[in-house]
Amino acid sequence: MSPGVEGSDLGVLDLQERARFEQLVLPHVDAAFNLARWVLRGRNDAEDVAQEALLRAYRFFRGFNGADARAWLLQIVRNACCSWLEKNRPMDLSTEFDEQLYPQSGATPESLAIAGDDKQRLTQALEALPPRFREVLVLRELEGCSYKEIASITSMPIGSVMSALSRARQRLQQSLTQGASAKNVEAQREL
Amino acid sequence: MSCEMTHSVLHGYLDGELDAARAAEFEQHLLSCPQCVAELEAQENLRSTIQRAGLRERAPEKIRRSLQGAISGTSATGATDEPVKRVTPIRVKASIRPTWWLTLAAAAVFVIVLGSRLLPNVSQGRGGDEMTAAIVDAHLRSLQPGHLEDVISTDQHTVKPWFDGRIDFAPPVNDFISDGFPLQGGRLDVVRGKTVAVLVYGRRKHIINVFIWPTNEHDTAPQPGSQLGYNWIDWRKGGMELVAISDVSAPDLAALQKLIAQ
Repeated sequence: MSPGVEGSDLGVLDLQERARFEQLVLPHVDAAFNLARWVLRGRNDAEDVAQEALLRAYRFFRGFNGADARAWLLQIVRNACCSWLEKNRPMDLSTEFDEQLYPQSGATPESLAIAGDDKQRLTQALEALPPRFREVLVLRELEGCSYKEIASITSMPIGSVMSALSRARQRLQQSLTQGASAKNVEAQREL
Repeated sequence: MSCEMTHSVLHGYLDGELDAARAAEFEQHLLSCPQCVAELEAQENLRSTIQRAGLRERAPEKIRRSLQGAISGTSATGATDEPVKRVTPIRVKASIRPTWWLTLAAAAVFVIVLGSRLLPNVSQGRGGDEMTAAIVDAHLRSLQPGHLEDVISTDQHTVKPWFDGRIDFAPPVNDFISDGFPLQGGRLDVVRGKTVAVLVYGRRKHIINVFIWPTNEHDTAPQPGSQLGYNWIDWRKGGMELVAISDVSAPDLAALQKLIAQ
């Protein structure tokens, strides 16, 4: 196509759109990656999926007319993560509570020694939660999303967000306490 | 006996998502329900632990770079070359027309991008975002050991004179211990190149930082917000801008804001 009048008009329009994309969506690249990292439980997969989702967001940016660019982007990322899990790790989506992941990680004395480290303890406990609990916790506690935003990102009715968060927090706490009691048992054994 | 609110409304309250009437109702309920009081405390602790653990992971630079590449590599005309790179071959006489057009396009990109960087207020009405983000950072920094207070005192008559001579404005220093917000001290901080006064209040085991700096703008009503799980309230009064920030619940923070603004 030659850059005629029509082309240049389109071009200018697109430049504006591009600037708008840069302004509205680029500040949320970290949020996009972080959500993918926690839903997929790993940085490498998250990098691929987040990148693809961002490109998708760019391609479909014309379709975005709302006010909340972050929620719009995170919805795309979340959908991309779900499709990726369906294709590559369908078991993840049906897992209720990853028994294998949690007590196992709480069991070795080496990991328990480091488990005093909140970050490691929390990472393990969070990763052991079912993905639907993990995502609401990440959106609320790490991204600071409102209930309304969480509802739109996860396609959940807004009335369900509070109870989902409540159950997710209980499970997280339960998981942390289990880890702590496993640690006590180990400590007693050492004595 | 189990209270049904422990696993429902309590979380809405914790997240500052209840409307004023329901929040007040729940606060009334707290007076007579030890189970909810204990659970609220436990949930606030869990939140602090999560916040302090620093679980949020930043995107690798690679993602940003490849997205930037994709953005500047596409064009509505179907040409795949970057318009910005086409600026230089102006000396290629044979293609003077498309080059002229592309130069103009590149200049437009420059102007738009520059404009969007310089004028966030005008174009988006959210110019405070960067300041807020900087304050969230400063709040996080203050939670590191040894960073919280320069002058540790629960006595407002010690904290107030401490600021004199260090800054050229007088922040409103008051202790609200009888309302459950004991003054713990103060410090100076630099936020986006501005020297600001910070008052530190306690709320149960939590810390509330109140950032204060002079402004020429008109007074504004308190504006609540939250980021990364921290609640903040921003307001201007009598030539000062104040931002209270903490991981306490939004209603708690609003209560302190009211006390300070009195």
